[in-house]
Amino acid sequence: MGQTLAGLAQIGLLLSLLAALYVPLGDYLARVYSGRRHLRVERLVYRFAGIDPDTEQTWTGYARAVLAFSAVSVLVLYGLQRLQHLLPLSLGLPPVAPDQAWNTAVSFVANTNWQSYSGESTMGHLVQAAGLAVQNFASAAVGMAVAVAVVRGISRRRTELLGNFWVDLVRGALRVLLPISFAAALLLLAGGVVQNLAAPVEVTTLTGGTQSIPGGPVASQEAIKELGTNGGGFYNANSAHPFENPNAFTNLLEILLILLIPVSLTRTYGTMLAAQGAGGHRHGTALLAAMGTIFLLSLAGVTAAEVSGHGAALQAAGGAMEGKETRFGEWASALFATATTSTSTGAVNSFHSSFTAFGGGLVMLNMLLGEVTPGGVGSGLYGMLVISMLAVFLGGLMVGRTPEYLGKKLGSREIRLIALYTLTTPALVLAGTAVALSVPGARESILNAGPHGLSEVLYAFGSAANNNGSAFAGLSANTPFYNTALGLAILLGRFLPMVLVLALAGALAGQRPAPATAGTLPTHRPLFVGMVVATVLIVTGLTFFPALALGPIAEGLA
Amino acid sequence: MLWLRQAAAGLRVLAALTVVLGLGYPLAVLGAGQLLMPGQANGSMVERDGEPVGSRLIGQPVEDPSYFHGRPSAAGEGYDPLSSGASNLAPTSPELLAAVEERRAAAAELNGVPPEAVPPDALTASGSGLDPHISPAYARLQADRVARERGMDPAAVAALVEEHVQGRGLGFLGEPAVNVLELNLALDEAAEAAGAGGAG
Repeated sequence: MGQTLAGLAQIGLLLSLLAALYVPLGDYLARVYSGRRHLRVERLVYRFAGIDPDTEQTWTGYARAVLAFSAVSVLVLYGLQRLQHLLPLSLGLPPVAPDQAWNTAVSFVANTNWQSYSGESTMGHLVQAAGLAVQNFASAAVGMAVAVAVVRGISRRRTELLGNFWVDLVRGALRVLLPISFAAALLLLAGGVVQNLAAPVEVTTLTGGTQSIPGGPVASQEAIKELGTNGGGFYNANSAHPFENPNAFTNLLEILLILLIPVSLTRTYGTMLAAQGAGGHRHGTALLAAMGTIFLLSLAGVTAAEVSGHGAALQAAGGAMEGKETRFGEWASALFATATTSTSTGAVNSFHSSFTAFGGGLVMLNMLLGEVTPGGVGSGLYGMLVISMLAVFLGGLMVGRTPEYLGKKLGSREIRLIALYTLTTPALVLAGTAVALSVPGARESILNAGPHGLSEVLYAFGSAANNNGSAFAGLSANTPFYNTALGLAILLGRFLPMVLVLALAGALAGQRPAPATAGTLPTHRPLFVGMVVATVLIVTGLTFFPALALGPIAEGLA
Repeated sequence: MLWLRQAAAGLRVLAALTVVLGLGYPLAVLGAGQLLMPGQANGSMVERDGEPVGSRLIGQPVEDPSYFHGRPSAAGEGYDPLSSGASNLAPTSPELLAAVEERRAAAAELNGVPPEAVPPDALTASGSGLDPHISPAYARLQADRVARERGMDPAAVAALVEEHVQGRGLGFLGEPAVNVLELNLALDEAAEAAGAGGAG
């Protein structure tokens, strides 16, 4: 089979698997978040924590719980890293430096997993499993919880209540992420991903050299790293490392895990709307269609760019294999890169900095779109809902009537929140990049000269503020400046939008839906899907075009 | 007070989640792996004469011309598993361009082939720096040299290469590849069987 046909078949299999799991998983998620019964282990957790699981919270209560839980998580994770040398299974590693520990703690709690450290030489097994991997679960469950609260705000009427954060958090972690991760970890193990608690083993190689082969609880962490769209690798090389991603089967499984929940949540959305009589599956399908359109366009672009192998050094080599593994090649690398940057994952099976200028530019653009195609677990859904409301608003301006989404009026309060939400991450990305380029010491972190150097910095802040976590890894990001600045971008890029979107959900929940009239813009037709796609592209394009022109576009045209 | 109460509840929920997800879950996977798939769980180690010589998943630095060579590596000094990673050089990087040209000339000379015959994977560093594979093209290109260095029949070495070509998964996943360590081990075995002696 030729390379092109094989590559297309690979994409076809991925899409078929997603299609097969879409309805069962989406409906399962809806049942998890709507059910009244608690599992015994959940009751134990609620009792231990002194939580009444049957009282619901207003948007302020919900947001307060999100922020309190996340703040505590940052402190605990920071402490674990700083006290690493006193913990068991530390492999004799020293405590993590304060600026790096701050950056890492914020990064993992915010579902970003930007890594300024190298796993195999910085983190002991206990910090990885009981610190970092716990946040892989928790941060993903927080994202899903907020998304579900937003869906409740849209679908409910005349109420102030959005659900109970603690219940949503615990259910998401224990009923959704844990069982899928366990099954996936076993499959990864079978493929060759390691799972042990050993220190590096020294071997004498075939030609008489020595090599230290590291171990670690990798399979368990790998599964949730992809499923929770976290992306933080156990080892520095992330999913390019053969112990994290040994063959083409594990590679496809990891890509499937990355896309699984963000895609299925659009089904959950439709199911939850239908249960409240506020809409139906077609509204979820419309969101999925908009996400899928941009995803497939991007995938085609990245793949074409990598197969073309444009760029002086790559042309000299005869192919874009720099930073790519032999077993994956261009197609499977482009597919992984598109999936990881279109969700807020940031795991990599190939190194984006060495991608062709347009391939690298497109994966950067995927993040700058705001992580909505299909985005991170939970954050992709609420991000796309905000964009949809913005599209309704723009449509309303054209015909001069008050915009409504599923009968809920988007008045000045709602539009203010939507506008602030839309502006937050671009402001962080552009201001952060500008500051980093103006600080003399910070400029020395850049590896490649010229436009590619600008791309390295823009990519870093784009990745941080959008909670992706992947990198143009030439940038030496383990400096006090970058650890601090990117940590701030990550923190604000995660929690400001969350608070804004919860406030929006609170405002929508209080309304009584207006009946649809002949003048209402239907939010499930192809026309609307087109408007949403256009809104995503126009908003991002206008914001980032000048910066992209100086970076990847200039490099690609050179 | 409201904030403090929420933070206290958060701390306790986090503690409970840490027990279940941070200890219980990895230990359950550990148990399953060590019981059911100890080979994979412990790094797919390969032994020769009872001694581990490496992992079939981790490439090794090889400079001896009588063995097949892996790809260029950016992991530490080359194939250092404690410092996995890529070069991260840009597609337009002059440094990368120079490295590619130098590698092409060196590989052409070593193998006695025209420079344009050297495939891309022989000229570029992998993502992990630990790539255990090379392309079938690069393996075929090295076969004559390896046979010459060992005084083996070139046809036998070429046949060994073909035996070690792994096709795409299910016929369409990923790319065809040759595992360098497995090929080199098989090479030593064949050389021993043929009485041609091992590498010097």
